[in-house]
Amino acid sequence: MTPTLTLKQLTKTYAGVRALSEVSLRVAPGERVALLGHNGAGKSTLMKIILGLIPHDGGEVVVTGAAPGSATARGNTAYLPENVAFHPALTGVEQIRYYLSLRGENPSQAMALLERVGLHGAAKRRIGTYSKGMRQRVGLAQALIGKPKLLVLDEPTSGLDPVSRRDFYSLLDGLAADGASILLSSHALTEVEARTDRIVILSKGQLVAEGSLAELRRQAALPVTLHVIARDLAAVQAALPDAVLTDGALVLTCSQEAKLAVLTRITGLGDAVADIEVLPPSLEDMYSHFSRRDGQ
Amino acid sequence: MNRILATASAEFAIAFRNRWVLIAVVMMVLFSMVLSAAGSAPSGALGADRLSVTVASLTSLAVYLVPLVALLMSFDAIAGEVERGTLPLLLTYPISRAEVLLGKLMAHLAILSLAVAAGYGVAAVAAIAVDENAASGLPSLWRLMWSSVLLGATFLGVGYAISALSRRPSGAAGLAIGLWLVMIVLFDLGLLAAVVADDGGVFTTQVFPYALLANPADAFRLFNLAASEATAAAAGVSGAATSIPVWQSLTSIVVWPVLALILAVAAFRKVTP
Ligand SMILES: Nc1ncnc2c1ncn2[C@@H]1O[C@H](COP(=O)(O)OP(=O)(O)OP(=O)(O)O)[C@@H](O)[C@H]1O
Ligand SMILES: [Mg+2]
Repeated sequence: MTPTLTLKQLTKTYAGVRALSEVSLRVAPGERVALLGHNGAGKSTLMKIILGLIPHDGGEVVVTGAAPGSATARGNTAYLPENVAFHPALTGVEQIRYYLSLRGENPSQAMALLERVGLHGAAKRRIGTYSKGMRQRVGLAQALIGKPKLLVLDEPTSGLDPVSRRDFYSLLDGLAADGASILLSSHALTEVEARTDRIVILSKGQLVAEGSLAELRRQAALPVTLHVIARDLAAVQAALPDAVLTDGALVLTCSQEAKLAVLTRITGLGDAVADIEVLPPSLEDMYSHFSRRDGQ
Repeated sequence: MNRILATASAEFAIAFRNRWVLIAVVMMVLFSMVLSAAGSAPSGALGADRLSVTVASLTSLAVYLVPLVALLMSFDAIAGEVERGTLPLLLTYPISRAEVLLGKLMAHLAILSLAVAAGYGVAAVAAIAVDENAASGLPSLWRLMWSSVLLGATFLGVGYAISALSRRPSGAAGLAIGLWLVMIVLFDLGLLAAVVADDGGVFTTQVFPYALLANPADAFRLFNLAASEATAAAAGVSGAATSIPVWQSLTSIVVWPVLALILAVAAFRKVTP
């Protein structure tokens, strides 16, 4: 299957600041890719280059078989900018009607689109009176116009309440099932975890990790934490000299491979142990592992 | 074409809500009414009908007011989108930058035409009410109307160019007012000073006519006054002006809007959202 989006060795420098260096990425039809990275990592820059809004200095970008910003690419791509803004004097429905006309779609679909994002109640009010989350929903509604082959969504869930976030991801599931490719950036790791097929981590403009969450976990090989509650503290402490007593529990860490051996040793202590809790590395741990490992 | 019309209709809605339609119409009507009232002294001595005299004074009014209204409507066109942050999203849609500008131009020209028609209409009604011969001035009123719209189109285009170049609404507003002062007020004063200093020399005969034609506002004035010579005297237009053939001033007022729009598109293409 030809990818919807291909980046090869993409490089971008802003007046001396290296925003992206040699980023390569492919997104296949129907694939949902999450772009993670610290503030200033280059996520928005990457997206603007894909949309043809800003030029790049090196590498190659192919969007639905065409150059970024070309008529073909723009016709096939939907965008939701971070901090999306609209003219405050227009109503939600007028704004969406306008965007529908620009894509050559029938403007009468505007109400239905606003209903899909749960905004039909306020559709006839001026956007100037909307809350941040409501503006974000207008942004989502315009990204659903037509049948885009590629959706580029910059922090799409920022400003949305938890229920709306869930609704938003189920909208995406539907689009991906119909074959649309989705590239979204986010700072909310937990929601990205369940709802995307692949995670790409940028750090200081470099792609530092890429893969499904399970793959990234394996790559990171972060230690597992064990919490042991002892009945006979002295006996357990003697058996686990590395463990540290915190809040009444003995805490120790070990590598993934050593986990089973350590557990066997602890269960071997019999009645001296009251309970064991195994904590896998958290998403945050994994994320900071990848986004720090170069230089910081 | 559909995209241009859709842009125009959205822009018109915005201008309507922001009271620009109202402001432009009220401004033109108010000034026209003041002019009509001020010009109500007997004018039979000049041998011209009332409407032609009104057209002559409306011409002087339009030279100031039409560019001003056009610049006020256009200075925010691109700088405002940049500041609000609405430009990046718009530019990812399948619409070219030239089409965006044409859509805005269409909406703003419609508003300007409405204002001009309302203002001149009021003045015409006032003139016809007091002088039954005034109807003979209708052709010159019509000429004034369409040439005013062309003058407005020029300054709308120039305003878009300023808006694209300065990228901030405050900067664009300052530039627009500055440009209005230079092109409408200082340009004429400078020419006048030069003509006086030159005292009928090469400048007055060779450069002055072309300098007038090069300025769209002066070309507009020349066109309307020269075309109705009966009233030229009433407006006190200089002798040099009447020697410029009408086709030349007509060319200037027709070519300028096109030039201004080309300039605006070129400036807009340079804007990185
Ligand atoms: N117009 C610009 N001029 C100069 N530098 C810029 C410009 N835009 C972005 N940068 C720089 O490029 C780098 C990447 O910025 P970018 O906006 O892509 O980050 P981001 O990953 O989207 O961050 P965030 O999570 O905060 O949105 C930053 O160092 C930023 O300062
Ligand atoms: Mg960003």
